[in-house]
Amino acid sequence: MIAALALSAAAQADVTLSYRFWDLNQAPAIEEIARAFEAKNPGIKVEIEVIPWAQYWTNLETAATGRNLPDIFWINAPNFELYASNGMLLPLDDRLAKSSLISIEDYPEALAAIYNYRGKQYGIPKDFDTIGLWYNKELFDAAGIAYPDEAWTWDDLIKAAVALTDEANQVWGIAAELNLQSGFGNTVHQAGGYIINEDRTKTGIAEPEAIEGLKFWTGLIHVHKASPSMAQMTDTEPVSLFESGRVAMYFTGSWNAIRFANNEYTKDRVDVAVLPKGKERAVMIHGLANVIAANTKYPEEAWKFVEFLGSKEAMEIQAKTGTVIPAYMEMTDLWVNSIPQFNLRAFMDQLDYAVPYPASVRAGHWQQLLVDCLIPAWAGEVSIEEAAQEAQRQIQEVLDSERR
Amino acid sequence: MSGINKKKLQDWFWAYLMILPTLAGTLIFSIWPLIQSFYLAFTKWGAFGSYEWGGTVNFERMLGDTVLWQSLRNTIVYTVGSVPAGIALSIVVAALLNTKIRGMSTYRTLYFLPVVTMPVAVAMVWRWLYNADFGLLNHMLRSVGIEGPRWLTDPKYAMLSLIIVSVWSSIGYNMVIFLSGLQGISKQYYEAADIDGASAFVQFFRITLPLLTPTIFFVTVTSLISAFQVFELIFTMIGINSPVIRHTQSIVFYFYRQAFVNMDKGYASAIALLLFAIIMAVTIVQFRLQRRWVHYE
Repeated sequence: MIAALALSAAAQADVTLSYRFWDLNQAPAIEEIARAFEAKNPGIKVEIEVIPWAQYWTNLETAATGRNLPDIFWINAPNFELYASNGMLLPLDDRLAKSSLISIEDYPEALAAIYNYRGKQYGIPKDFDTIGLWYNKELFDAAGIAYPDEAWTWDDLIKAAVALTDEANQVWGIAAELNLQSGFGNTVHQAGGYIINEDRTKTGIAEPEAIEGLKFWTGLIHVHKASPSMAQMTDTEPVSLFESGRVAMYFTGSWNAIRFANNEYTKDRVDVAVLPKGKERAVMIHGLANVIAANTKYPEEAWKFVEFLGSKEAMEIQAKTGTVIPAYMEMTDLWVNSIPQFNLRAFMDQLDYAVPYPASVRAGHWQQLLVDCLIPAWAGEVSIEEAAQEAQRQIQEVLDSERR
Repeated sequence: MSGINKKKLQDWFWAYLMILPTLAGTLIFSIWPLIQSFYLAFTKWGAFGSYEWGGTVNFERMLGDTVLWQSLRNTIVYTVGSVPAGIALSIVVAALLNTKIRGMSTYRTLYFLPVVTMPVAVAMVWRWLYNADFGLLNHMLRSVGIEGPRWLTDPKYAMLSLIIVSVWSSIGYNMVIFLSGLQGISKQYYEAADIDGASAFVQFFRITLPLLTPTIFFVTVTSLISAFQVFELIFTMIGINSPVIRHTQSIVFYFYRQAFVNMDKGYASAIALLLFAIIMAVTIVQFRLQRRWVHYE
């Protein structure tokens, strides 16, 4: 009798899984998902760890080097291949095939393909995001300018930004943030250029089209004087400037919808539109995935949680709380309608011309190098051409090293 | 065999047992990593901690690395700016707080508070003070008609801003050391000087300072060592994506970038070795020079 009790106590011993990610705005939804999972799986506990974006990848790489990765964690396109190619992630194909809860066909093919390495599926898509032109309705009304719409071109944006700038009162038309995903990645493609080519052998950052795309931003800062300077945006984050009514327009992703909906100032004053057209239309699309550490002590339990994270129930929680666009096409409407005062449909309308966020084995590395090279150009210390040339040299070096 | 008897062995056993925790900690967390660093400086690194012997490849790379030499220059500027000023101010404050003024212990506490405040908290508050557009400093300057500089984002001012915070936060620590040094100076000297009619000013420069030189020496050596290793101030107040990072990056910050952002711990270890050699050289020079200016009783 005592032996039986002891055995059942051992079977009930809680397995604690660690789940690591970076976005505090998504923590409430994830808490909800974790509790729902725990209710269905007594004996498994999920411990959530939020590491801020700025430290996330350094922290993760240190953990990986010490073979001490969390059981489950978020991964993104630029960093996925580094981990997959070095055996840090658990292949999920067998368990995925046997699953009754999810199947790989549930997710958009393009998203699932990002997290497939050499024929093995390592990540279950979690969400996807595109970039939108967020604008401050109050500032537009005060200046008597019509809100941005699908007809807007680069010129329309520049004209409006100049008209909305009132430097004496510290208000600018737009924040020309230095950011690949939400900033120049979009305009480089809108100008007909590219960051790296499809087979990751070459970078187009120094070609005339890409330079056009980069100059869109430095032009706003230095030529049209419609954006705060690099120094000003370093002192005060662009998103904070937008949230305090200091900039009238801001390019940022669908993941910030919930942040703006919860913010006292922005929740009734802002809205979003599709990105303006350059030579062409383009927008960066990206999606995250949940992955399992290859050396996790609890592969079965970790898989159960990842499976749950990829299921309809978890996707629904993500969507209706407005947290992120779920990687389940049939649920995207739930997200679009979750924050009625924002025109969230703008994010979905751009899917036809979406360009995937550039990825390669060492993408995390060369993307930091790219930003390092562009900082002086944004600050006005060197010309864009010079900065792009240097960036091209450094990125090419990394791309070449990947193929060796 | 005489002299080593059972009692002595017993004494030694207990002595070693008492120092074992600290000794173990120092060996595991300081000495072993030091030896590892020496070794790693000669290795080449791949992804996720895989490395192989690389010979002198890291040192050859250092020779041509302009960013490294810029970081060294930044560190020297920071050291020259913050150490003398910090020490001078600490001496003055300690001397003032060594007199019997009212509220003396309150003042001592106030000066010491920055030392015990979390560095990250210090950095956050100062960042807000220094914010060029909305911060308190420039707001106050604007109210008297002065357009304040961009403290943390103008290359001409960023280093100065860091030095100010550094001096502010270190005065308290050095002040305590100087206070104890001052209290070791015999009152007889001052009494004799009073009889001879020497002013407080003269007494300070002819009695206090010379007799304080052993303490000044100690504080100079430790302050220089810690100034050469500055990191968290730059990490928290400037950050890796700031337009002024090239102008303020210290050697240890560059080391951090190589070790934890670029994941090249071999090259980073070589940089650490270089810093070790520099600090060693500076300290040796200081010890040699001490007989010129330090008065031991």
